[in-house]
Amino acid sequence: METLMVILVGILISIGTYLILSKQLLRIVLGASIVGHSVNLLIITSGGLKKGSAPLLGEKAAGFADAIPQALILTAIVINFAVTAVVLVLSYRAYKSFGTDDMEQLRGNENE
Amino acid sequence: MNNLLIAPVIIPLLTGMVLIIFQKNIMLQRILSLVALLATGVIAVLLMNRIKDGGIQSIQLGGWEAPFGISFVGDMFSALLLLATSIVAIGCLIYAFSSIGRKQEKLYFYPLFLFLITGVNGSFLTGDLFNLYVFFELFLVASYVLIALGGTQRQLRESLKYIFTNIIASAFFLIGIAYLYSMTGTLNLAHLSLRIAEIGQDGLITTVALLFLIVFAMKAGLLLFFWLPGSYSVPPTAIAAIFAALLTKVGIYAIFRMFTLIFYHEPQITHLFIGILAAITMILGGLGAIGFWDLRKILTYNVIISVGFIMAGLVSFTTTGIAGSIYYLIHDILIKALIFIIGGTIVHLTGTSDLRKISGLIRLHPQLGWMFFLAALSMVGIPPLSGFLGKVFTTQGVFESGYYWLGAIGLLASLFILYSMIKLFMNAFWGETILSEDEEKGTTKGLLFPIALLTVASVAMGIGAEAITGYVDQAAEQLLNPSLYIQAVFE
Repeated sequence: METLMVILVGILISIGTYLILSKQLLRIVLGASIVGHSVNLLIITSGGLKKGSAPLLGEKAAGFADAIPQALILTAIVINFAVTAVVLVLSYRAYKSFGTDDMEQLRGNENE
Repeated sequence: MNNLLIAPVIIPLLTGMVLIIFQKNIMLQRILSLVALLATGVIAVLLMNRIKDGGIQSIQLGGWEAPFGISFVGDMFSALLLLATSIVAIGCLIYAFSSIGRKQEKLYFYPLFLFLITGVNGSFLTGDLFNLYVFFELFLVASYVLIALGGTQRQLRESLKYIFTNIIASAFFLIGIAYLYSMTGTLNLAHLSLRIAEIGQDGLITTVALLFLIVFAMKAGLLLFFWLPGSYSVPPTAIAAIFAALLTKVGIYAIFRMFTLIFYHEPQITHLFIGILAAITMILGGLGAIGFWDLRKILTYNVIISVGFIMAGLVSFTTTGIAGSIYYLIHDILIKALIFIIGGTIVHLTGTSDLRKISGLIRLHPQLGWMFFLAALSMVGIPPLSGFLGKVFTTQGVFESGYYWLGAIGLLASLFILYSMIKLFMNAFWGETILSEDEEKGTTKGLLFPIALLTVASVAMGIGAEAITGYVDQAAEQLLNPSLYIQAVFE
């Protein structure tokens, strides 16, 4: 199961990389977002995909799930969400200001 | 247990949150942010003295014992960096009072500035790898907004590149955390150090170490500095100065922490690799510093050179070398803020950053000129100014450990710095005075005080080196003895 997940993460990261390498601003934002989510999947896989009950005292179960990766991705998702929101706003401002969303046009020059 | 440790994070954070409410009251915002930073500085001094007598301090947040909870650990290295952070933050803040502009002040400049400081202080103090990530993100998000504050076209363009670069770096950071967690089952730095010492640093762990090196190198501008010259030259001066002084230094701090506390078992691979990166960084940074005629570009490339130089001390892995690095790191935090605000003042006065269009400023602004000259000498490492001791000890340490090529490149880099700073000084301050007082685009009113403040701090650090030697030596010893850190966390 873990192996399958890791392959899935790899596929998602390749998709994200492909999108980040494109010229359109919005695609880059989506690519960065996909990379962020696939990393979250990797974190949840890193604790092992065990079946088990919540790791609480008093729970009578044979196995317990690892709670730390879940706590970690909760934080990571929130941060990823906030950063994506900031980037979307900035991209929109840049689009309004430059009149283009083509990164090739946003290289800048020496004389300004 | 020491509750003081949490204060450098809590004070700027809470003050920043309160200031959001008082958006319109700029006077109150200024006073409160200054008070908060002063308080942080005082606490840093208290911490330094407490660590000097009682060794490394630690606190387990919420009373959860390490390694289950999050620990905050303050060793001498962190405390020294906290103090330097507070000093430059105060300098840049006072500079911002009279330079940043009403509009920016109303657009939450002060809360964002304080959140940035919160993130930086938190990164210096935390003893948990994931918490380090959170604090990194905290100051990064604040910096994303600060870099775009004002919304000119250049700022929008460079901020987008800056953000995308950092998103990728953060993704790598999380990947590193995931791998390390699946191999060791812990994220507490002290516990990680213990576990890796037990199971041995095999090839897989070394690979993860290099992954972390890439992440922090991207933040520190160690070789992966392609984003740095663009993004550090667009924001307003006060913001650019605090970025140049602090943001790359947090990356440097993280590399020091990871490669002295956790991944120190295979120095012939990891540290040699850092050495090669440092050497290339110094050479490329030097070429950039002497090649450009744009004032801001020259200054940003000087940031890059010093990153390489500080890393050289880590590579040597001797007490002398590390102590030299710490000296140079603190010196560099002060001097980069200083030199960026002087550069910004020159641009503010003349309205251009092209050195070929600036000339003879010393006639009308002698204080500014001489303070720049002092800062330039200090960067090169002329005794008795603050850069001298750092250069001597780092170079000595590097030679002691046999990395002669790295030491030679470090000394060569000093020549690059000397050339670029003297070029800047001669072009901007000497020569015919082409702008009369009426033609200047701005005044230095209110701007000279913070510059003088940072100059005094830098000169004091050079002349009063005796006084801080004890602290720096202790910091270097603590970095080279991971058992002290581990003991402090699990006491």
